[in-house]
Amino acid sequence: MFKKIMLAYDGSENSLRAAEKAAFIAENTKGAEITIVYVIDGASSKEDVLHYSSKEIINEKRKERLKKVEDYFNEKGISFTHEILHGEAAPAIVDYANSNNFDLVTVGSRGLNGLQEMVLGSVSHKVAKRVKAPVIIVK
Amino acid sequence: MEQMSYKDTWLSNIKGDLLAGIVVALALIPEAIAFSIIAGISPMVGLYASFTIAVVIAFVGGRPGMISGATGAMALLFIDLVAEHGLQYLLAATILTGILQILFGVFKLARYMKFIPRSVMVGFVNALAILIFTSQLQHFENESGIIYLLVALTLAIIYLLPFVTKAIPSTLIAIVIMTAITIYMNIGVRTVGDMGAISQTLPIFLIPDIPFNFETLAIIFPYSLALALVGLLESLLTAAIVDDMTDTDSDKNTESRGQGIANVVTGFFGGMASCAMIGQSVINVKSGGKGRLSSFFAGVFLMLLIVVLGDIVVRIPMAALAGVMIMVSISTFDWNSIKTLHLLPKSDAIVMIVTVFTVVLTHNLAIGVFTGILLSAIFFVSKISQVHVNTELEGGTRIYKMKGQLFFASVTELLKKFDYKEDVQVVELNLRRAHLWDDSAVAAIDKIINKFEENGKQITLTGLNEDSSELVGKLANKLGSH
Repeated sequence: MFKKIMLAYDGSENSLRAAEKAAFIAENTKGAEITIVYVIDGASSKEDVLHYSSKEIINEKRKERLKKVEDYFNEKGISFTHEILHGEAAPAIVDYANSNNFDLVTVGSRGLNGLQEMVLGSVSHKVAKRVKAPVIIVK
Repeated sequence: MEQMSYKDTWLSNIKGDLLAGIVVALALIPEAIAFSIIAGISPMVGLYASFTIAVVIAFVGGRPGMISGATGAMALLFIDLVAEHGLQYLLAATILTGILQILFGVFKLARYMKFIPRSVMVGFVNALAILIFTSQLQHFENESGIIYLLVALTLAIIYLLPFVTKAIPSTLIAIVIMTAITIYMNIGVRTVGDMGAISQTLPIFLIPDIPFNFETLAIIFPYSLALALVGLLESLLTAAIVDDMTDTDSDKNTESRGQGIANVVTGFFGGMASCAMIGQSVINVKSGGKGRLSSFFAGVFLMLLIVVLGDIVVRIPMAALAGVMIMVSISTFDWNSIKTLHLLPKSDAIVMIVTVFTVVLTHNLAIGVFTGILLSAIFFVSKISQVHVNTELEGGTRIYKMKGQLFFASVTELLKKFDYKEDVQVVELNLRRAHLWDDSAVAAIDKIINKFEENGKQITLTGLNEDSSELVGKLANKLGSH
């Protein structure tokens, strides 16, 4: 049973579609809970610190970015929590997924930064390769 | 967020720090050389600075994992000092910069950094990026057309190599390849050696060779003040970024003091004034550096490379360094601020743009920042000085409801908002949603009351809040005692 579900989320179209699939599974599983994982990488750290003056405002802005998916889960009546991680997307997601024993990990096939993924390789590919739990990559 | 012990900040991440230190050292070299050349001094001054700063800050800094060294922001500030008075004055100014920064740290002034608006900070980094870019244009002058090809090739390697490997900084590989190409193909372009000699020796302790008198102080003080402030501005911004990346806290006053100590030491060892580097710090954390050891090792490894490879360093073509600097300026620029410019409040956008233009015109980041702060203060005052007066007639009583902040800037327009000659007997001034801040506000209210009374109206004041009535009382006493 897929009870403990992790959703890697960055606000992109693909990650929203991944959220829909995660919700679909959670809806049909009794006692399922989704953990929304949002990773802040070096570039977004730099941008957020430059644009927002205090830690509190930065945290607020980051939570706002999760609002869309959280509203969606609320609407569906799915229980969820969120986790904001720091680091490079792929290793951070892999570490978190492996150390928290998720039953299932869902991730969008392509994230927000298309160009960067072209240079550095896709996050979803690395996640599929290194996460121990079953992984759903949503196109 | 836990605070680590001092020992742990050294030893808790040895392997990660050593590896990241190597990567950072390799990435520091081209920048240290290029920024020295921007300032018109020998590349050794920037290299010595990056060595001593990185090593000293490892011990006394407040933000483990942050990398400091010779930066563009600082180099751009002392171009004129070097041109007019020479290197010795720069070393003296570096020491004085350090002393000012130590004072800043000791008096715990870091908290006042919050008064610098974000739009000024964004303007600061964008202006810095533009200046780094334009400072490279001189390398294209009086050169054959081949320099365009060399710079383009450098940039191509820098941006395309990460497809293949990320283990070694692509900037370094670009420099090695370009140096090999120009030597091997015997292309006659300017090299680092043409800009100044590289000495393969460790820095030594020297007292700057300047007359110790008031005149000298008068020359270096303005430079030192600007350097101290810009250095802290960039260092504390960088510290906040490293805080966020590592999800840990750091002491900004310790960091300010540490930057100061590092600059004092650097000045005595023949290095230029320096500060934290955003780009290098991000590289360090990404490469696994977290502790003090990463900065220490970056400095030591850099010096080692120069001592061993100095002969090769002088043969690096300026075209390759120009390529690296163009990359640095592209990654320094906050492109997001262009994308979101139309979404910002107009005043924020204007502050950002004015800050950038002031810096580009004056070539001085400190002046730009002050202009930006001043402008946003003016915008803030004009925004907050809008007082709304609503009025209604209630059973023969004219009620004026005032809403807003009453102070020197907001009262000038206020007097005109009342109709003193209206045909009513009783007037009420309701201040429930207003706040009186200074004597101009009290005087204005006084004047309004007098004017109504002159016109034979009976006037009452209602809803004065506690602070405001306290102020009215105080001022009344003071005026009365005269």
